[in-house]
Amino acid sequence: MSRIAALTRNPAMIALVAALAITGCASKKTPNSAADLGLNGAGAATPGSAQDFTVNIGDRIFFDTDSSSIRADAQTTLSRQAQWLNQYRQYAIVIEGHADERGTREYNLALGARRAAATRDFLVSKGVAGNRLKTISYGKERPVAVCDDISCWSQNRRAVTTLSGAGS
Amino acid sequence: MRSFLKPLLMIAAMALGMTAGATLPAWALVELNVNKGNVEPLPIAITDFQSNDALGAQITEIVTADLKRSGLFAPIDKSAFIEKISGPDATPRFDDWKVINAQALVTGSVGKEADGRIRAQYRLWDTFAGQQMAGEQFFANDANTRRVAHIIADAIYERLTGEKGYFDTRVVFVDESGAKNARKKRLAIMDQDGANVRYLSDGRSIVLTPRFSPNRQEITYMSYESGQPKVYLLQIETGQRELVGNFPGMTFAPRFSPDGQKVIMSLLRDDGNSNIFAMDLRSRSTTRLTNSTSIDTSPSYSPDGSKVVFTSDRGGRAQIYVMGADGSGQTRISFGDGVYSTPVWSPRGDLIAFTKQTGGEFQIGVMKTDGSGERILSSGFQQEGPTWAPNGRVLMFFRDSAGGPKLVTVDLTGRNEQPIPTSNFASDPAWSPLLE
Repeated sequence: MSRIAALTRNPAMIALVAALAITGCASKKTPNSAADLGLNGAGAATPGSAQDFTVNIGDRIFFDTDSSSIRADAQTTLSRQAQWLNQYRQYAIVIEGHADERGTREYNLALGARRAAATRDFLVSKGVAGNRLKTISYGKERPVAVCDDISCWSQNRRAVTTLSGAGS
Repeated sequence: MRSFLKPLLMIAAMALGMTAGATLPAWALVELNVNKGNVEPLPIAITDFQSNDALGAQITEIVTADLKRSGLFAPIDKSAFIEKISGPDATPRFDDWKVINAQALVTGSVGKEADGRIRAQYRLWDTFAGQQMAGEQFFANDANTRRVAHIIADAIYERLTGEKGYFDTRVVFVDESGAKNARKKRLAIMDQDGANVRYLSDGRSIVLTPRFSPNRQEITYMSYESGQPKVYLLQIETGQRELVGNFPGMTFAPRFSPDGQKVIMSLLRDDGNSNIFAMDLRSRSTTRLTNSTSIDTSPSYSPDGSKVVFTSDRGGRAQIYVMGADGSGQTRISFGDGVYSTPVWSPRGDLIAFTKQTGGEFQIGVMKTDGSGERILSSGFQQEGPTWAPNGRVLMFFRDSAGGPKLVTVDLTGRNEQPIPTSNFASDPAWSPLLE
């Protein structure tokens, strides 16, 4: 029970579980796990720090192919993000929208922008002040996962909430 | 710094007098017909240009490579040659060339003038008619040996096919290096055959989708240098850059109008959708062409400037639409099974090239401007972004395989695919108009 709670609190692990669930390929290592990111896992981060946000809240959500709809699992993450952001108001926020490589470059810039806007709008609907939020699209230019199969594509179709402004 | 687009070529071209026979009618030895079956490449003998140094062989090599890559010519191996050409003005022994089935023969010479310029001349012979078909002489400064060779190749191509050539052209593209999740992207320009690469940006910011102006002196492209991705203009020669327009959000997918006076591009709306705008570069006035809650992007003008083809997902998934240059009459033209994007209008006006995603593949294809007559020219796991050679007979695009993208050309028959050599990965090619 406590172990499951720890897992679900860890966004990178959620991403891993989601990716594995999709591919059914249990041996595949996700290059995006907390350990790979150089993080110490849940609990080590100071509450209210950027690390706390990334590790304990989850800084990213994922999308279906060619879609900018906020999925149910993403709504859970974003609601948690909104709660945290409303608690720690010193941060300005940039939402990065990304696409996987299964689309052409210009279209994917637009798709990434649409995902970032959908993410922003959801956070605003949960009470985060719109003037704290900026968006930027990277299209398919900044993949986090670099293999060329489904498990990677699903991780690259993402919106990442990044903190800027006041120090962590 | 070496000058690339300045009047680097003082070409004084003059026709060389016919040394045999009368002036020929303008018929072609090679017929360009994309609907015909296999086009048999024309056997052609290209002799070493006579010279006192390595220049002659170098010119021959470049001319041969150009003609061969076009797929329309089959240069004959030099070891089969019987006659040793005695001089640039001598009439060849046609029987010696007919016997090795050389339908056309190229002879020439190149040398340095007292003032340091190089002088090159060539003659093109119809061996079976026993006549000279063409002959010209050029002067150029010696930094331009390769251009002289490309110009000669263009002249031969034009005389034998009846179509303009495309060898004396450049390609602007994005040079890519480094790991896939941290790619360094630099604007770069090179000759169409991959030679003479020069970098136009330092790689500190992501740069995408460079496109030539019709005068070839500037490019428009998208860069992340200010933090927010925006469309810029870059003067190739001076390196001078400027932001295009003063829009609040991301601008992307730029292209010039055929008269070079406007840049057409996508502008991100606050609601996350993207619409198409045109900006007049002199008056700085902007015109909205689309206003939809969808992704409207990748606009490309028809060569007469009266229409614009673009991508939109307003019907659910990305498809190709055509509208008037004022935004009127927006009409979907692609109805095939798949997702269509990156439409580009042919410089001849007759076709639209596109990227199509279907069945897990990316295809490069062409369709007529009303959407009929779709033909797929190339299929692969991941390839996109066609750009037209100025004669509208060849497309260049980029294909991702073996760890990164590389440039490839394919002709309109779809049967002649050729890699373009680049030292790093390369994407987003845009072909220049013919140089002058």
